[in-house]
Amino acid sequence: MSIIEVIDLKKSYDGKEAVRGVSFSVNEGETFGFLGPNGAGKTTTINILCTLLAPTSGRATVSGIDAMKDPHGVRTQIGLVFQEVTLDNELTAYENLKFHCYMYGMERRLTQERIAEMLAVVGLSDKASERVKSFSGGMKRRLEIARGLLHRPRVLFLDEPTLGLDPQTRSHVWDYISELKRTEGNTVFMTTHYMDEAEACDRIAIIDNGRIIALDTPEALKSSLRGDTIYLSTDDDRLAEREIRERFGLEVKNIEKKGLSFLVEGGESFIPELFSALTVGIKSVNLKRPSLDDVFLHLTGKQIRDEEVAPKRPGRPGNMNR
Amino acid sequence: MFAYKAIYVIVLREFTRFFRQRGRLVVTVARPLIWLGIVGAGFSGLVDTGGDESYLKFIMPGIIGMTILFSSVFSTISVVWDREFGFLREMLVAPVSRTTIVMGKLFAGSALSVFQGALLLLVAPVLGVELTVVKYLYMLLLMIMVSLSMTAMGLVIASILDSLEGFNVIMNFIVLPMFFLSGALYPVDSLPFPLDKVTYVNPLCYGVDSFKHILLGTKGTLVAELPLYLDIVVVSLFTAAMIVIAAISFSRK
Repeated sequence: MSIIEVIDLKKSYDGKEAVRGVSFSVNEGETFGFLGPNGAGKTTTINILCTLLAPTSGRATVSGIDAMKDPHGVRTQIGLVFQEVTLDNELTAYENLKFHCYMYGMERRLTQERIAEMLAVVGLSDKASERVKSFSGGMKRRLEIARGLLHRPRVLFLDEPTLGLDPQTRSHVWDYISELKRTEGNTVFMTTHYMDEAEACDRIAIIDNGRIIALDTPEALKSSLRGDTIYLSTDDDRLAEREIRERFGLEVKNIEKKGLSFLVEGGESFIPELFSALTVGIKSVNLKRPSLDDVFLHLTGKQIRDEEVAPKRPGRPGNMNR
Repeated sequence: MFAYKAIYVIVLREFTRFFRQRGRLVVTVARPLIWLGIVGAGFSGLVDTGGDESYLKFIMPGIIGMTILFSSVFSTISVVWDREFGFLREMLVAPVSRTTIVMGKLFAGSALSVFQGALLLLVAPVLGVELTVVKYLYMLLLMIMVSLSMTAMGLVIASILDSLEGFNVIMNFIVLPMFFLSGALYPVDSLPFPLDKVTYVNPLCYGVDSFKHILLGTKGTLVAELPLYLDIVVVSLFTAAMIVIAAISFSRK
């Protein structure tokens, strides 16, 4: 059963199209990732699903409720962790969570139980009465993730949950997310431009320029490339290049001083063949399985990492009154 | 329509923040005392009070009006602040109506203003203002009324502004003139032609006048100048109008 259903969603700002007709559905209990560079339309889509933004056209339902017709209904079903920190620094961790519970009209007794439970899962029980302003970036993120799940939402939206965190903290936060997913069992919808995070999703939609250009499991997307990349360095690269072309009919890239690289199916069994075929001495050989980055490169002709600059905030609903 | 729990927690949060921000507490206590002590004492030599009435006593209602005006408008900064620092989004995705959020902010700002006004009022007897329990209770009711009106106005301003810088402009072009032309420091009757008319357009003028009714009475020279019922009607209508505008402008977001 699909818990999120999006049909031909479009959104333009001042004549500029941020989302140009996106359709997909997310199954209940699945971790679904939106992968793409900054400005691809990820945050805009998430904001429409969370009822913070009205689409120009198209339809979006969350757990069967239309996000445009009944935003209130959708809001009871979802939890949200924004790209930027949205905690009150002057309040303690406990107070921030309590604020959330009351906003969601939770029972008082349930409130205390739930807060204690969630603080324990994200490992912040001993920090409950400390003010958030003394927290590190990773601690704030963990607190926000705990907060997003307090009211037991059916879908948890995570917009770039690890943006701006160092790699170690990132993997830490990610551990907590998987742990929570195990204990809470809800659907997770996330956006990211980190490849390793996308790998951890059940399915991913690759989005670029406001369009979904591929949607499948990470494995299927990678195997769609059909081939491993082999990096080769020899005593005479030019000769080797010519030999590979003539013997195997493969397209070879020769990068000055760095060696040769080419795409081949079944790379592991190809290497022995290559060794016996070449007449030049081989200095080194390296095999790389396709990554999601390669998939993105293949589909768009550019790398996601090229665009990984300072985070900008496209269509930040914080400025909705403009 | 309203989620009372949500309103309660929004008010609770503003109070918690208020008491944690030491600087704000100090300013709150110091500002009216500075006005009373320095400005009041300085002007009292210049103003002809027509006999033995004390100027310091005369400006007491005005200083309470000022405290409420500043506190109310400043507390609505928190809306702009919350937007700037993202916390507003945490409220906007909650399953409560925009009107609930507006009401929460309105009650929070008003309660803080009444709290400050009520504290300041305790100084009144020192300045020679006669204060009984009944008068204090009447003042509380009027202060609630004026606080709601000024906070609602602040919310309208905050809903239009989208940056903290804009608030300086508001301070200089709306809040300060509102204070000076409210009859807080001098009787409206003593103002020259265009200014007295402008003063009567100012809703705070009616609020301050209502305070004068309770604290100064109507007999003498430096006293209330308008009928009390008119004060109450004008302030209430203004409050209602501002709440409606604020609610509409927030639900558009």
